[in-house]
Order: sequence, then structure tokens, then C-alpha cells
Amino acid sequence: MPTTRREILGAVLTTAGAAAASELASAEEHDHPDDHDHQAVPSDPTLRVKALESLLVAKGLVDRATLDALVDTFEHKIGPHIGARAVAHAWVDAAYKQRLVTNPVAALAELGIGYAGGGGPVVVVENTAKVHNLVTCTLCSCYPSSLLGLPPLWYKSAAYRSRSVIDPRGVLREFGLELPDDVEVRVWDSTAQTRYLVLPERPAATQAMSEAELAALVTRDAMVGVARVTPKGASR
Amino acid sequence: MNGIHDMGGMQDMGPIRREKNEPVFHATWEGRVFALEWANPREWPYSEERLHIESIPPADYLRMSYYEKWLVGMTEAMVKNGMVTRAELESGTASAALAKPPHVMTVAEVEAFFRPATPKARPVPPSGRFQPKASVRARNIHPVGHTRLPRYARGKRGVIERDHGVFPFPDTEAHGLGKKPQHVYSVRFAARELWGEQAGTRDSVFLDLWEDYLEAA
Repeated sequence: MPTTRREILGAVLTTAGAAAASELASAEEHDHPDDHDHQAVPSDPTLRVKALESLLVAKGLVDRATLDALVDTFEHKIGPHIGARAVAHAWVDAAYKQRLVTNPVAALAELGIGYAGGGGPVVVVENTAKVHNLVTCTLCSCYPSSLLGLPPLWYKSAAYRSRSVIDPRGVLREFGLELPDDVEVRVWDSTAQTRYLVLPERPAATQAMSEAELAALVTRDAMVGVARVTPKGASR
Repeated sequence: MNGIHDMGGMQDMGPIRREKNEPVFHATWEGRVFALEWANPREWPYSEERLHIESIPPADYLRMSYYEKWLVGMTEAMVKNGMVTRAELESGTASAALAKPPHVMTVAEVEAFFRPATPKARPVPPSGRFQPKASVRARNIHPVGHTRLPRYARGKRGVIERDHGVFPFPDTEAHGLGKKPQHVYSVRFAARELWGEQAGTRDSVFLDLWEDYLEAA
């Protein structure tokens, strides 16, 4: 049932994940590991999940090696570096950029990137001096995970999901990005199978950089639209 | 349903907390839930699992972590569809094999997943009821089950931006009431239409909406 599984990939990337209420206490960026509530939910899920896995293996529904491969794939292989390659290539090749925006799946395949998400299309939205795009999912956590890896906690948090649509400029300010009034903000609420990837603006003074150096500047946050790409790649 | 999961436009959820050097999974069990969800040989639509997650009482929904909610959605759907029984879940012991053994996902299939495939030429669907640039209104409906029409857009006017093609209708599919395939459109709503004067004059929110959510305006 590959089709179903493809749908599930997107769906996987889809389910809801509000932050634990007590995670709302502080606005500071903080290092892991420390005081996470989901960390403090200790043995119960650990035992329940182990029991569930054993049961499904015993019933011949899943294969342990496959589960290991899935975890390994998302921990070590799939991540923002994939989307960043496409962005950097679009920056150095205007014709490619056009293809990436008009036919993203084929354009990604040109770079050897497989898109497997959502059971629907991927749409690449381009930031310019006058337009800034921001991606969200108010109902759950839909995200272009085959291009960016699994979404960070903040993307799945109640705080982001709720305010990204009503106060995108305030949200961006919270991420350290102040947009002038004359920049149009477009928020993409991923309510169906389509996934959205932001094509950020190429920063100034990067003409001498190679495509690989450019790709290293492109952050996950820039491809979600909560940051710009800076020459030093300082913002995450 | 007008539930806690439909949170677009709420303002009291606090600041956005970011974690530096965030791991992909915060505990081993989270990775296992993720993998079980992916490898599950389900035949039910994913929207059914979303329905189960959306049915978690609001206080619990806010308290539970992301993968705990996944675990609920997956487990409920497995029981409801007869893949496992509650007794098996409680005892941890398999009592009966499935009548029809499913295909079990292999490691090779995981690897193949992210290989670029020649995009299949999607059959061009007949055009939908609405054309790009058409003025529409999101219907003012309040289904008690699963829906992808967020509250904040209901009754609001927007413009069809593009037609994404034909997809199953979550409102029926999640409830076992059929796929009811129909067009999904990207619909642009002016931020001021949604939020009034406090919103930026140039700003907009785009939603992907099924045809049944829309009426001509």
C-alpha cells in the first residue's frame, strides 16, 4: 500500500502536538536537556510503547528492523540540509528556480531529492523584498518533513499554531524578525495534503560563495518563514 | 468539531518556546511511536486517527506531549478497526492472528521512500466548481466530527488562488462515510477579513479548502 503510506508520511507530519501547558512558562530559548514536561512523563509511555511494539511484532504487523530504519532515517538522514540544497541551487540558477516554483517535485528530483509527503503536492513559495511567506498548521502539525525533517516542538506548539494566523508579525518579532509595513505577509495554513516550503531570499554579499557554501547558510527556520537567511547563517 | 485542536486565532497560549539543539526525538519511546505509526499496515484513513486525537478532552490535549497524542490516535484506530483488541493491549500477548495477514513494511521500502521517483503524471481532473480568482465564502458550518475548515475562516470571504486537484473529503472519510472525492482549493483570505482592523492591510492567510466548505460569493 505505498500510496497509503505516502499519505501517512504527510499525515505523520500532521498530527497535533500542543506543547504541555507548563511549557508556556518561559519565553527564553533553552538548551536541551532540562525541564521538559514530556521528559518528565517517564516510565509509563516507555513501558506502554514497548508492550505495543512487542504485540505488533508478535502479530506479524511490523518488523523491528524496519522500525529501527525509520528512526535512523529521521534521526540521521532526513533534515533541513535537503531543502537547503534546493534553495541554494535555485539561488545560483534562475531557470532552476523557475522550475522549483512551478513544478517542485520534478525540480527536486533533478537534484536527486525524493519528495514523499502529504499524499498531495508540495508548493514552494518565494520570499522577495516585498513578500514574506510563513508556514503553519493551526489544526495539527503538517510540515514538509521529507525536505526539512520532523518539525521542531515550537512548530507543533499551541503558542505558534494559535497566533501564527492572527498575529504573524508579532510571531516573527518574537523570532527576532521585524518586517517593515510595506512588506506583504502571506501565511500558509496547511489544512489539507499540500505542504509548503519557503524559498528564502538570497542574502546580499554572497556573490563569491559556492553553491555548497550557500546551502550551509540556509536554515530550517528560513524555510518555514520565521527567519531570513543571513550571511553568517546566524539565525537558526 | 469546535475543539481545542482548532486553535487558529487564540491569543492566550503564551510565548513561543524554542529549544536549542533540539533532538529529533526527546526519548527513545517517541522514536518508536513515530516508527510504529509509519510502519503500521493500516487500511483506515489517517484522518480517522486525527479524529481520535481531536476527541481527547481539552485539558488532556493541552497537557499531553505530541507523541503521546499520536499513541492515542494510533491505538484507538487499531482497536476500532480490529487490528488489535483491548485485551491484547492490556495483556501484551497476541491472542489471534489477523484473518488477512497484511504486507509488512521492509527496510528496503523505507530506503525507497526518499528516492526521487519520476513524478507520476497526475491525471488532470475535470475542473472543479470554482475557477481561480473566483470570489467564495467559507460556509458557516459547525460539524461535530472531523473537519479541516478552521473556525476562524467560517463565514469569511476569500478568493480562489489555485486548484490543487481532487482529494478524499476528510469530513466523511474520517467517519467511515466514504471518500466523497472533491476539489481542494488554495483560498486567499485578506487578514482584515479574518481579523478586522488590527490586521495588516496587505497581509493575507491562505487555506487549503475542500469544495464542500465553499459557496460562491
